[in-house]
Amino acid sequence: MPDAAALAVLSQDLLATGGVLATRHEHGKARLDVEPAAVVDTLAALKAQGFRSLMSVHGLDYYPEEPRLGVQYELLDMTARDRITVATRVTIADPHVPSVTPAWPTAEHQEREIFDMFGVIFDGHPDLRRILMPDDYEGHPQRRDFPIGGEPVLFTHNEKDVPGWIE
Amino acid sequence: MTDLPTTPPEDDATPAAAATATAAPSKSAYRQMEESITMAPLAQQAMENVHDELLTLNFGPHHPATHGVLRLLVSLDGEIVRDLKPVIGYVHTGIEKTAEQKQYWKAIPVIERMDYVSYFFNAYAFCGATETLLECEVPKRAQYLRVIHLELNRIMSHLVWLGTSALDLGAMSVWWYCFRERETLLDLFEMSTGQRMHTRYFQVGGVIEDIPRGFETKVRQFLKAQREGVKTYGDLLNRNEIALQRLRNVGIVDEQRLLDLGVTGPLLRATGNPWDLRKAMPYCSYEDFDFKIPVGTLGDNYDRYACRLAEIKESCDIVEQALDALPEGPHITDDRKIALPPRHELATSMEALIHHFKLVTEGMRVPAGEVYFPIESPRGEMGVFIRSDGSSKPARVHMRDPSFVNLQATADMCRDSLIADMIATLAMMDPILGGVDR
Repeated sequence: MPDAAALAVLSQDLLATGGVLATRHEHGKARLDVEPAAVVDTLAALKAQGFRSLMSVHGLDYYPEEPRLGVQYELLDMTARDRITVATRVTIADPHVPSVTPAWPTAEHQEREIFDMFGVIFDGHPDLRRILMPDDYEGHPQRRDFPIGGEPVLFTHNEKDVPGWIE
Repeated sequence: MTDLPTTPPEDDATPAAAATATAAPSKSAYRQMEESITMAPLAQQAMENVHDELLTLNFGPHHPATHGVLRLLVSLDGEIVRDLKPVIGYVHTGIEKTAEQKQYWKAIPVIERMDYVSYFFNAYAFCGATETLLECEVPKRAQYLRVIHLELNRIMSHLVWLGTSALDLGAMSVWWYCFRERETLLDLFEMSTGQRMHTRYFQVGGVIEDIPRGFETKVRQFLKAQREGVKTYGDLLNRNEIALQRLRNVGIVDEQRLLDLGVTGPLLRATGNPWDLRKAMPYCSYEDFDFKIPVGTLGDNYDRYACRLAEIKESCDIVEQALDALPEGPHITDDRKIALPPRHELATSMEALIHHFKLVTEGMRVPAGEVYFPIESPRGEMGVFIRSDGSSKPARVHMRDPSFVNLQATADMCRDSLIADMIATLAMMDPILGGVDR
């Protein structure tokens, strides 16, 4: 794991280009907070430093804090056996993050999942559709202000009363 | 298409043939007219257009060979798969959302039901992430008990995979042998945890209770039978011509492409990359055990099969070593803010009673923070991401399920192969749709 000193060295080049907001080191793992626009460049720079595998992409909702939505990228260096997190935050009003799918094909499903669950729009994603919820679903269910238990259960007796179910 | 004649059939009613073969019986006018018809121009036309036409077929979601509720949109050119796209979400149950509404220790049973054949792994990834946030030290005995159950679960998961996959290839008997051993395993889980599946055995800070007397002997008996079992499965499949033709040189994807797609686990190891988190970044005392990582060479379906089969043997070794070296001590942390006090203390200690009450009603408070905890599940890197806001319920739980990521490699594995090979490839990929859709 890169410790605090190594993280400073690692992020030196990135800090020079701007875009990196903060570096953190917690629970034995390094973390870079970056601007949404700097995500692709930061990940490319880290790839050049050896972090060649993108293991996971998480979506988060920091409700009620602003900017509310978060996207985190878990990078892995299989040779040095290191992990590093790249995190970014966007607002609900402008939830645009550049897609990393062209450079990291593994992100395709995961970015679709975050779009589905949080409504983060990944610009440049080849096929940004819902993945787990139905195509005609409204809303983004993993947001913190999305109600639970708000949907009626469909039975034969009430299917005509549920809006949008049958024409 | 091939049985359509491309050249006109030899016609023995031609004048030359008729002149030489005078002995042949003369044919009726109708027969002669019939034989004068040739399909050659039509066949020619058909052969020219055959590659223009792609058939899009819905494969699933309800098909036994998809190993769950997986739907594949397949573009077929005759019997050749030209492209496919997995469509998922049919068993999405909102486990991540549900977990956010529950206290940490009450979320464990929901999360266990995610990838329903590797429940100990789901529970461990979640407990491990919570323990990292709590900075809680897990007693050595609890870690060993966890390893024993994790590895038994890995064997169980591989047995389910092998049985159902062999069934897809048309081998019925392997299924019975695998499920015989699996039944013994489930009985063992019932003995130590009280449940056959979804055991809720792993707690934050350790395991719920110590193993009962006699468990060790039974596990050793099982390991002996299982090693024999692995030999049996190998005897049934390793030189089985039908299995080999379905597996060898089928579904090859090179290592770099798999790495780009984020594929981990036996699928990656089959290409020769020995990436295994148990060795590379040990957790839960895996550094104490001596085991090998089986790797393949080519990365075809046969290598995937052989890797998993060898992993069963390695898991047997790990369980045996853990039983041999099982340390004495508590099975759960004695931090009263995390784990319930022992039952007998409740009758005598007011403090224990208060802790018990607070834990059961309110749950443990977890310091604010974000953590990603990856482990090696039978299918690859299984990670749980937790964001805590300092309350007793997680603010965000996200699972990086290996099946979900590995599924992206389906198109690369099946492209330009026969539709029958797609079934074999899907079987060897071993996706669990409960984990994919969560």
